Amino acid sequence: MTLVIGSPTEVFPGENRVAMTPASAVALAKIGYSCVVEAGAGLAAGFPDAAYAEAGVTVLEDAAAVYAAADVIAKVRPPSETEVGLLRDGQTLISFIYPAANGDLMEQAKDSGATVIAMDMVPRISRAQKMDALSSMANIAGYRAVIEAGANFGRFFTGQVTAAGKVPPAKVLVVGAGVAGLAAIGTSTSLGAITYAFDVRPEVAEQIESMGAEFIYLEFDEAAADGAATGGYAAPSSPEFREAQLAKFRELAPEMDIVITTALIPNREAPELWTPDMVAMMKPGSVIIDLAAERGGNCKLTVPDEKIVTDNGVTIVGYTDFPSRMATQASTLYATNIRHMMTDLTPAKDGVLVQNMEDDVIRGATVVHGRDITWPPPPPKVAAIAAQKPKEKPKALTVEEKKAAELAAFKAATKSQVTLLIAGAALIGLVGLAAPASFMSHFIVFVLACFVGFSVIWNVSHSLHTPLMAVTNAISGIVVLGALLQVGSDNWLVVFLAAVSILIASINIVGGFLVTRRMLAMFQKS
Amino acid sequence: MEGLVSAAYIAAAVLFILSLGGLSGQESAKRAVWYGIAGMALAVAATIFGPGMSNYVVVILMVALGAIIGTIVAKRVEMTEMPQLVAALHSFVGLAAVFIGLNADLELGSVMALKASGGDLLHLAGFAATLAKKTAVEIGILKVEVALGIFIGAVTFTGSVVAFGKLAGKVDGKPKQLPGGHMLNAGALALCVGLGIMYVSGAGLWTMLLVTLIAGFIGYHLIMGIGGADMPVVVSMLNSYSGWAAAAIGFTLGNDLLIVVGALVGSSGAILSYIMCKAMNRAFVSVILGGFGGTSGPQMAVEGEQIAIDADGVAAALDDADSIVIIPGYGMAVAQAQQAVSELTKRLRDQGKTVRFAIHPVAGRLPGHMNVLLAEARVPYDIVLEMDEINDDFPETDVAIVIGSNDIVNPAAQDDPNSPIAGMPVLEVWKAKQVFVSKRGQGTGYSGIENPLFFKENTRMFYGDAKDSLNALLAKIA
Repeated sequence: MTLVIGSPTEVFPGENRVAMTPASAVALAKIGYSCVVEAGAGLAAGFPDAAYAEAGVTVLEDAAAVYAAADVIAKVRPPSETEVGLLRDGQTLISFIYPAANGDLMEQAKDSGATVIAMDMVPRISRAQKMDALSSMANIAGYRAVIEAGANFGRFFTGQVTAAGKVPPAKVLVVGAGVAGLAAIGTSTSLGAITYAFDVRPEVAEQIESMGAEFIYLEFDEAAADGAATGGYAAPSSPEFREAQLAKFRELAPEMDIVITTALIPNREAPELWTPDMVAMMKPGSVIIDLAAERGGNCKLTVPDEKIVTDNGVTIVGYTDFPSRMATQASTLYATNIRHMMTDLTPAKDGVLVQNMEDDVIRGATVVHGRDITWPPPPPKVAAIAAQKPKEKPKALTVEEKKAAELAAFKAATKSQVTLLIAGAALIGLVGLAAPASFMSHFIVFVLACFVGFSVIWNVSHSLHTPLMAVTNAISGIVVLGALLQVGSDNWLVVFLAAVSILIASINIVGGFLVTRRMLAMFQKS
Repeated sequence: MEGLVSAAYIAAAVLFILSLGGLSGQESAKRAVWYGIAGMALAVAATIFGPGMSNYVVVILMVALGAIIGTIVAKRVEMTEMPQLVAALHSFVGLAAVFIGLNADLELGSVMALKASGGDLLHLAGFAATLAKKTAVEIGILKVEVALGIFIGAVTFTGSVVAFGKLAGKVDGKPKQLPGGHMLNAGALALCVGLGIMYVSGAGLWTMLLVTLIAGFIGYHLIMGIGGADMPVVVSMLNSYSGWAAAAIGFTLGNDLLIVVGALVGSSGAILSYIMCKAMNRAFVSVILGGFGGTSGPQMAVEGEQIAIDADGVAAALDDADSIVIIPGYGMAVAQAQQAVSELTKRLRDQGKTVRFAIHPVAGRLPGHMNVLLAEARVPYDIVLEMDEINDDFPETDVAIVIGSNDIVNPAAQDDPNSPIAGMPVLEVWKAKQVFVSKRGQGTGYSGIENPLFFKENTRMFYGDAKDSLNALLAKIA
């Protein structure tokens, strides 16, 4: 017997998404499920009933029929009271639930005997990424936030120099670099805006910079909150940290054209990050997109679900339904997340649903099962994200310390030089005591030549070291002079040895110079 | 006449200094070499036409013969054979220094004999005339100088011959030492000092002949104990020695020009040795005493596996890349792959890609060896960069191609404190997005150290002879 999966039309006003698309229905059929859908469910998302029928989905008249026919109900928004009332014993509901906010709903579902799987409770582990609907939706929200900002912003994103004059690029600040924030950063940079981003988790700086935005560093000495401890989400920060953060934002506010705030802390009201005085500082025509509007907003002036314009001409967009505004894309991704969840629930791919409560992902997402509320789940066995290794930062030296270090280095250098000079002088003095004047005059020449040699050779370019060796080879053939002076001797042995010396020194001179010239001629500039 | 000769010497000394100074840049170097040639011509001409010269036939014959041989050698030598040539030329300087030193003693003997028999000292010319004027103390000093000149000259001669053999592949490149190792060298040195003291206090020529032999043994044994990759240090050290030998001869002959040139060459070689040692993070003494220093613990185990790639894969990656850095090493010289590298560079540059070269100071077997090879293959020198200039750019590099280098790109130098090369500055190629290593097989490099670079996730091994691999690659790149 194969189970039936059904998706009703979303009842929430303005919700355009649908939990099953024709494409996901085909994939679900492959793991053994048959699919039903309420007539008109996908219309708002751009999927007409005919498309479903073509994909082998049975189109049913109304929601009641779907609830009656289906063993598994796939939805987007948390169910309304009426919808929960339609659930029956043994049925499974998969949708966003937000269990922390919807206690009553879960009580009601518990009594019905149905199993409820919350897509928003899927643990953040690598294996479960494919069913992480929050991330899919956040990605869309981030993208759409930039598009929405662009629609309300009167200028180009990218800087241009046109015949009609120069256009400066827009400056965009993204606060909170979660999935939505990163998506917003990516969209904004690819539109050509200068993008800045901030997050309380310093470890995301790398991700931000990899997306092409500039990470705003806070000079703040606190053991930085490690995102790994909270499953990759931000934790509330200390009041001092918040103050430092707000001060930084105040500094930036007058420059920014577009501000996109995405800061959310799990199971809490959104933190206030963009205060009214910052809004007042912004230029007329600037736009604020508050993606946290549903949870009170990162800006307290935000009115949820509305677009307002402040007295100084700043537009604040508080829409909470960004994914729904891109219903086709959002439905496609969400339906795929649901499909992956179903695949995990159907290990044998035979259309039989196995509620394996030992599985971290399934256990974590299941909030009502066996007439019991199973939320919150125990911590998963696998840590979501490896703990960050604390990065060692080289301690920045203060000006005084630097000066002291420089002074110490200078003193040390002076000391070693003076020591060397004294030792050298003593040595030469000793030689001078023993040696006659004729030797000392040559010795002076020798010492001076060594000094000249050292100072000249230090300037030789590294790439010319081989020619340098060849040329020094050639000029050390100067020993030929010694042989030339001796060749006039009366002693035949001396003449012979001198002649051989002249021969080999000449090879050295001629060979050395010619090969140097040959090498140097090869060095060419592009 | 004497004054004129001295003036010529002064001019020659200035020209030599200008010649070395001019090597600070590629363009000025082309002029600088002419300064050197002019200086040499001036010095030789002034000596030949100066006072006290005779036996012109011999001189002209020998200079002409030497010039012909020198020209032939310079024309024929392959750029990959430069290290051998340089070593061979060093040995000539050493040998000449030994001969001139022995000659000085012979001359001294005959002049002394002449003096003792009360003969006519006035007909003496050249070096003998200078000797005749010396006092007893001066002769003592002269003997010290002769001994020094012969000793340094002999060490330079045999050392350079061994270095030549190793570089030319005629002698096994692995470090080898006779039983007794450095104690043997120390003993030989002590013997030389003893013989030198005997010589100065009046013993005959035989002491110097013995010193020549023993010093020759030291040179041979010292260089035999040093391995292939330390050759840049060895060659620059011998360069330095040949300079000091010339300076010692200068003292013997009382010739300031020889002293100046000897000091210039000596300090140049010393600086090059210092630079090379610094580039390997090793003390000069430990290089000279041979072998790598002791390790302080087990080396880090290397995890992962070496993944091979074919020419198609490399070509595809190069096609996508914008910024490419090539890291050549001794393997490129061995495979004679520089022309193929140059052609690859040209084609990639024609496609608008940024191609640069990263040269480690000790890449190859001679300081600056890679630069010369690339220049020979017509790679423009302004895209050939030093380690310090390019090391920070690797994170922004799409593809790094390592051709025949190993230890100079070994991340263990930074990561593994127990590695024998720990602390040696290396090219940080592994920071590039993708690394291709052209290498003959899976073996370790000269030092026998496993290279974790080859096991990194972003590294692909492009096995085969560097020249054949690159030619296969060129066939895939338009």
